[in-house]
Formats: sequence, structure tokens, C-alpha cells
Amino acid sequence: MGLRILSVIRQVLDAEESVRIKDGMVDPSSSKLVLDTMDEYGLEEALRIRDAQPETEVVALAVGPARCEEALRTALAIGADRAILVETFEPLDVITVGNVAAQVARKEQSDLIFCGGQEADWDSQAFGAAIAEYLNWPQLTWTTALNLEGRTLTGTHDIDEGTESFSVELPAVITTQQGLCEPRYPTLPNIMKARKKELRRESFESFGLHSRLKFIRSEIQVKERMRRIVDGKDGSAAAQQLVEFLRNETRVIG
Amino acid sequence: MILIVAEHSNGKLNKSTYEMTQAARDLGREGPITLLVLGSGVAPVATQAALLADQVLVADLPALSAYDPEVWAQAVAQIAREGEAHTVLIGGSRSGREYSPRVAVKLDAPLMEAVISMKFADDTTVAEHYTLLARVVERVEAQAPTVVVSIHPGAFPPASARPQAAEQYDVDLDLPAPRVVVTERNTIKSKRVALQDADVVVAGGRGLGSAEVYAQLVEGLADQLGAAVGATRAVVDAGWRPYSEQVGQTGKTVQPKLYLALGISGAVQHLSGMNKSRLVVAINRDQEAPIFKIADYGIVGDVKEIVPAIIEKLK
Ligand SMILES: Cc1cc2nc3c(=O)[nH]c(=O)nc-3n(C[C@H](O)[C@H](O)[C@H](O)COP(=O)(O)OP(=O)(O)OC[C@H]3O[C@@H](n4cnc5c(N)ncnc54)[C@H](O)[C@@H]3O)c2cc1C
Ligand SMILES: Nc1ncnc2c1ncn2[C@@H]1O[C@H](COP(=O)(O)O)[C@@H](O)[C@H]1O
Repeated sequence: MGLRILSVIRQVLDAEESVRIKDGMVDPSSSKLVLDTMDEYGLEEALRIRDAQPETEVVALAVGPARCEEALRTALAIGADRAILVETFEPLDVITVGNVAAQVARKEQSDLIFCGGQEADWDSQAFGAAIAEYLNWPQLTWTTALNLEGRTLTGTHDIDEGTESFSVELPAVITTQQGLCEPRYPTLPNIMKARKKELRRESFESFGLHSRLKFIRSEIQVKERMRRIVDGKDGSAAAQQLVEFLRNETRVIG
Repeated sequence: MILIVAEHSNGKLNKSTYEMTQAARDLGREGPITLLVLGSGVAPVATQAALLADQVLVADLPALSAYDPEVWAQAVAQIAREGEAHTVLIGGSRSGREYSPRVAVKLDAPLMEAVISMKFADDTTVAEHYTLLARVVERVEAQAPTVVVSIHPGAFPPASARPQAAEQYDVDLDLPAPRVVVTERNTIKSKRVALQDADVVVAGGRGLGSAEVYAQLVEGLADQLGAAVGATRAVVDAGWRPYSEQVGQTGKTVQPKLYLALGISGAVQHLSGMNKSRLVVAINRDQEAPIFKIADYGIVGDVKEIVPAIIEKLK
């Protein structure tokens, strides 16, 4: 039997959308929502493995409200074989979602899990590591190149002050980021095919878990800026003004 | 106790360790502040730590000579369990944010990630952190007595040292063998101040046009200002600069007193790594560039004309 790959995704605000808050919570209801690009790199890597080893199965998983079905349909149109939605209305913390994803991976007998390094909704970098710990698997975060031979995965990833080349035996959890690969687009035939692909729903309640964090309120952060914009056609004069501004008005330079 | 995992490099505590210590001092929860020093040959680090904490635990072991997320998580969870820590503070560095979730799972504790403020009151820990590419502040409350927290770099003031050194204790650890084999490690040792510790950051984007111009103008200006050098994703992807200099969603988060953005358009993914800077100066020839929306001072013009003039005037 071929490899079983789980691509965990999140549905987030489109990067160009502005954030709206209602009753102290982020309100995405009138915004454009998309499959997070951060997760698309992992999906792409999974599909490349399947391109090379056609017996591979790629399953997309989302944990969230019913609207996440749309992001899963996108993942199916891009090329995932099936999708699973663990539905919940409750906002959940990353450790709990990691627990759910790990339980799904166990049932699915996954060999390899991809997820984004830091998704644009919760700004969390913890997701991959939490899944890995629940499964007692190794993890590689912030990967920048990947190559699978048999069950040995080699590649490079970012660390605190530099980069590492690594080698790890599957199973493993891999987090992805921009620069790892160029994700493919859904093609029209694939969008048509995606409608017929399986999308299974499960309820979060059946996992017997509850959020470990209570979400009290969200507030948009606006930092007041001086917004003093000057013309720089005369480079020397503009430079002189800036240096005076920094010296006299801000005192950040001596 | 409050357990803080010291972050250190080159035999010195990082600024983040001082910030975590201040977060612990202001938390409002009882128990000794305990600094845990993990590494190999870390005696000088432990000596510095002793001036910050109520007690210092030192694990000076060859097995800790190189960071591995599973090894680090096991070490911290074991110490937290043995010391009955109710609060575990871990740095908001890339590595800290990678192993802290494992510690939380091992301790069956909630994780509060990259927090910018934190208080213990009425028997619960309440903290704030950024969401939605650092555009929103979310306030969360832990639903458990024990919490694992990673601390956002630059959010807390650094703690001052005390005159009296605390006791140091050696600890023994039962560590797993790393499962990831590191075949090569390229660490960038810059002679400049570390990006996250810098008061001034000079960052460049694709607008510089080439690696050569980038080096000349961005480094030239950074030299004059004693600043750290930052870059956009576009610049590191083009191979002009190492990834360790990247600022943004997939790079570092910085909060300097002054951030100079040269030839940077200001994509949200970049802004999320620098939009908390105290003062932002932008130079871009396109007056519609989004970077100007968050600039305190902006010059619409060519970096190749303006930056050399600035460097000249600062000399
Ligand atoms: C999932 C994901 C994660 C990402 N993470 C990050 C991240 O962490 N950090 C990051 O930076 N980006 C990140 N990006 C990329 C981001 O979207 C932008 O593509 C990137 O920040 C653009 O870099 P830039 O400003 O250097 O280049 P550009 O957008 O090309 O901007 C160049 C600017 O230079 C100006 N210019 C050109 N010539 C001159 C001149 N002679 N003088 C003055 N100005 C000039 C132009 O007007 C333009 O505004 C991410 C993207 C994705 C999808
Ligand atoms: N996030 C971290 N927390 C605690 N210790 C670390 C962390 N990252 C690296 N170290 C250790 O710090 C020491 C110095 O590392 P270096 O930065 O490579 O000089 C080594 O023993 C590392 O294993």
C-alpha cells in the first residue's frame, strides 16, 4: 500500500481583506475567506509525492466551522483525494485542535502530515508540534526544501540563526512556508472532479475534548503614525530633512 | 514555582531571558522564580542567571550541546513536573515556539503563545497575544491551573539584575535520543547586534535592485546607525540575503525604536513582523506603496539617490 498523507489546512481571511470585529470577536462573515497559502505549500508537496508515487493517498483535514468546507473543496480541486471536516462552532485553542488532528491521523493511519508554519488566522506556530507530540512523532518546522526516498525524508529548514539540512524517517510532521515550492492552481476539470470527491463530516463533540483556553475578546490594534510623507526628488535635501527629523524630533539617533 | 527556560547564545543570556524574568516578576503568582539553563558548557550562563532568579537549575550535559525540539521538550517537562511548576515560560524564538507546544502536551496544560501581556488573578492566568498577522490583539484565559507560555520578543521590559546571586543546583535528566539527524548546520554569526535585540533596524526590499546595491546601501546605513540588518522575503528568496535576516510572518518579529524600510512595498506578511516598531521610516519611489500607511516619516523617491546622501550626512 502507498503512503497516506494528511494535509491539515485552515480557512483564513484573504490577505487583502481588512479585519472586522463584532462583539469583541473577529467577524469573518462578510469577508473573503481562502485556504491559507501557508498550508498550500504542504498540499503541493503531498501532491508531488503522489505524482511520483501514484499509489499515495492525500487527505485534506480541517477543524472548524461549517464554512471551512469551502477551503476543503479548494484543496480537493487542487488535487487532494478526499477531505475530512471536524465541525465545531466553538473557538478552539491550538493544542486542542492538534489533539483532534492527531486522533484523525491515527484513524487514517497517516504516514506524513503537512501543515502551515504559521497560519494567518491564529498566528500560531504551535500546530505542527502539537500534532507531532500527540502522535509521538518527530517534527520539522519551517522547511525550505524536501525530498522523499522510500521512507526517508531529507531537506532543509530554518532555525533560530540560520539553516539546517536534515534527514528523518517517516512518520513525521512537516510545517511549510513560502519559498518551499510553487503551489499548483485548481484546473477546471479538477474543480468539476472535486465536486464528486468524498468530504466526510465529523462532529468535534465526538472527540470528547474541550478548549483549553477561553477567548475573552479581540481588538484591532492601531498604532498612531505621524504619516509625514515628503517628496524626495531632491535626494540630498530629503536626506538632510530626514537626518534632522531623526536627530531633533525623535532622538533615536545621536 | 515559575519555571523560565533561559535562552542564551555564545555564553551569554539573550535579552529574551531578561524579558521573561520581568514577565515572571510581574505575573502576580506565588512561587520562586526558577531559571533553567540547558546546554553544554553553560557555567558562565548559569552565573549570569543567578543574578536574575530566586534559584537556578543547571543541566550541563553533552546531550544538550545542540538544540533538538524533542530533547528540549522532554528536559523542560521533566523539570516542570519534578518542581511542580505552575507556570512555564519559554522564549518566543523560532525554537522556543517549536518545542513549547510539546511541553504543553506533555504537561496536559494549555499553551499561551507569544504573549505580550500576562497576569494571574482570581486563580486564572489571563494573557494577550497577536492574531491575524499581528493586526488583532486577542485576550485569552487559561482553563487549567498549570500553563505553558511563550513570551513575545520585545513585549516585556528586560529585568534588572539583583546584587545577590541565587543558589545553583545541578539537575539530572532522562533524555531521548534525537530522531531527526542534522546533516549540516549553517549558523550565521553576524558581527552586528542581533535583529531582535536591536534598537534600530535597517531593512531593505526588492527596490534595492541587486545584492551589491543592497550590501552597499543597507549595510552602509546600518553601519552608521549601529543597526541590525533586516530583509523582505523577496530579498531572501532572491538569494541576496540569508533567511536569518528576514522580517515578517515567516521570518522574525522585531519591535525596535526605529525601523527604516528601504525599497519595501509593505505587504501584510512583512508588516506583521515589524508593525509594532516605535518609529517607522520608509523610502519608496511609489507614493501608493502600502508601507507609507504605517510610516511616521516617508520619502517618496529613489533609494539609490537618497540613501547614499543619508549615509554621507551621518558620517
Ligand atoms: C505565506 C506567505 C508568507 C510570507 N512571509 C513573508 C515574510 O515573512 N516577510 C516578507 O517580507 N514577506 C513575506 N511574504 C511575501 C510578501 O507577500 C511580499 O511578496 C514581500 O514582502 C515583498 O517584498 P518587497 O517589498 O521587497 O518587494 P516588492 O513587493 O517587489 O516591493 C519592492 C518595492 O520597492 C520599490 N522600489 C523599487 N525600486 C525602487 C527605488 N529605486 N527606490 C525606492 N523604491 C523602489 C517599489 O515601489 C516597491 O514598492 C510572504 C508571502 C506569503 C504568501
Ligand atoms: N530556545 C532555546 N532555549 C534554550 N536553550 C537553547 C535554545 N536554543 C539554543 N539553546 C542552547 O543554547 C546553547 C548555545 O547555542 P548557540 O546559539 O548555538 O550558541 C546551546 O547549548 C543550545 O542548545
